[in-house]
Amino acid sequence: MNEMKSGGVAGSALQDATRYSDDNQPHDQWVMTTRLADYVAWGRKNSLWPMPMGLACCAIELMAMVASRYDVARFGAEALRFSPRQADLMIVAGTVTKKMAPAVKRIYDQMPEPKWVIAMGACASSGGMFRSYSVTQGVDEVIPVDVYIPGCPPRPEALIEGIMKVQQLVEVGARRGRERAITAGAAR
Amino acid sequence: MPLKGTPVKRAARAGLLAATYLPSILKGMWITLRHMFRSKVTMQYPEETWKLPDNYRGLPALVRDDEGRVKCVACFLCEYVCPPKAIHIEAQEIATGVEKGPKVFDINMLRCIMCGYCEEVCPEQAIFLTKEYTAVGVSREEMIYHKDRLLEMGGIRPDPIKKWARLTHDEAGSDRQQGAGHHPVGAGSGVHG
Repeated sequence: MNEMKSGGVAGSALQDATRYSDDNQPHDQWVMTTRLADYVAWGRKNSLWPMPMGLACCAIELMAMVASRYDVARFGAEALRFSPRQADLMIVAGTVTKKMAPAVKRIYDQMPEPKWVIAMGACASSGGMFRSYSVTQGVDEVIPVDVYIPGCPPRPEALIEGIMKVQQLVEVGARRGRERAITAGAAR
Repeated sequence: MPLKGTPVKRAARAGLLAATYLPSILKGMWITLRHMFRSKVTMQYPEETWKLPDNYRGLPALVRDDEGRVKCVACFLCEYVCPPKAIHIEAQEIATGVEKGPKVFDINMLRCIMCGYCEEVCPEQAIFLTKEYTAVGVSREEMIYHKDRLLEMGGIRPDPIKKWARLTHDEAGSDRQQGAGHHPVGAGSGVHG
């Protein structure tokens, strides 16, 4: 993070050449300064624990994203938690039928704050091609969604892009508040 | 009621060494070690991307012809054929006096399933599926792509038919929106229109 600068205080200790390290700073004065909110956000965004809400074929691509070729562990989000109490990012992958919607809502409610939601694929984002009495026209009719990913299904790269977008929202949200982070994300 | 079949027996313990689980652990570690020397399969995604085949179907986009005209004539075929009804078109008259053009051309990318029916059905070859597949958005409104954005995504496709060549010769093509100012390549021989 940009805010994390090592700001060694130059004082009389600097005159003691024997105590310098290679980067020319005294050992006992290595200091990292940041704001607590930024620090927490940095930790959060680099260890998102997704709750895989796999409801249809998008879940196959979700699994592919976790597997070795796309390897979402590079973004710190490899710990898929099948218990909502341990997760902070719900990835709704697939068609949310009206019958499943209460269960999705309940699982979302069981996740501890702060939490984010990715609507993955056409069905979860908008209902897709299922303009039907039995399908919710987007999971955002039931729970608030932070990032939408188009595709039927989206490629794993697109889902990685979605996770990177959530990381941006986490980072900006720590500074500007959550609603404004989403607005800023839209402008980006 | 008699049960069919006989249940298998649990394997007998192999001995004192196996009871320490060390052979099993070493066997597992050996597999892990072997994988360290195999070729790496992970694609470092944002830096490294997949090579898409030529017929890859990504997000749809509108194209202009090589004189900068919008090729779409607002015939509504794509809107009609689109399985999830992701396309919304409103037509308007254009100055050539022959064809229509789209006033509004919206594609809801969240509805779009990239099936390619629109490209297949289009009689003017005005809509194509691009290779864009990593778009994400933070709101529904953001993911409805309007005409300008679709045209920007599509870019220019050369038009071998020169359908409007005669018209541009006569009326100087008042429908031109950009790239105007030069005569088309086949203007004199535009007999196809």
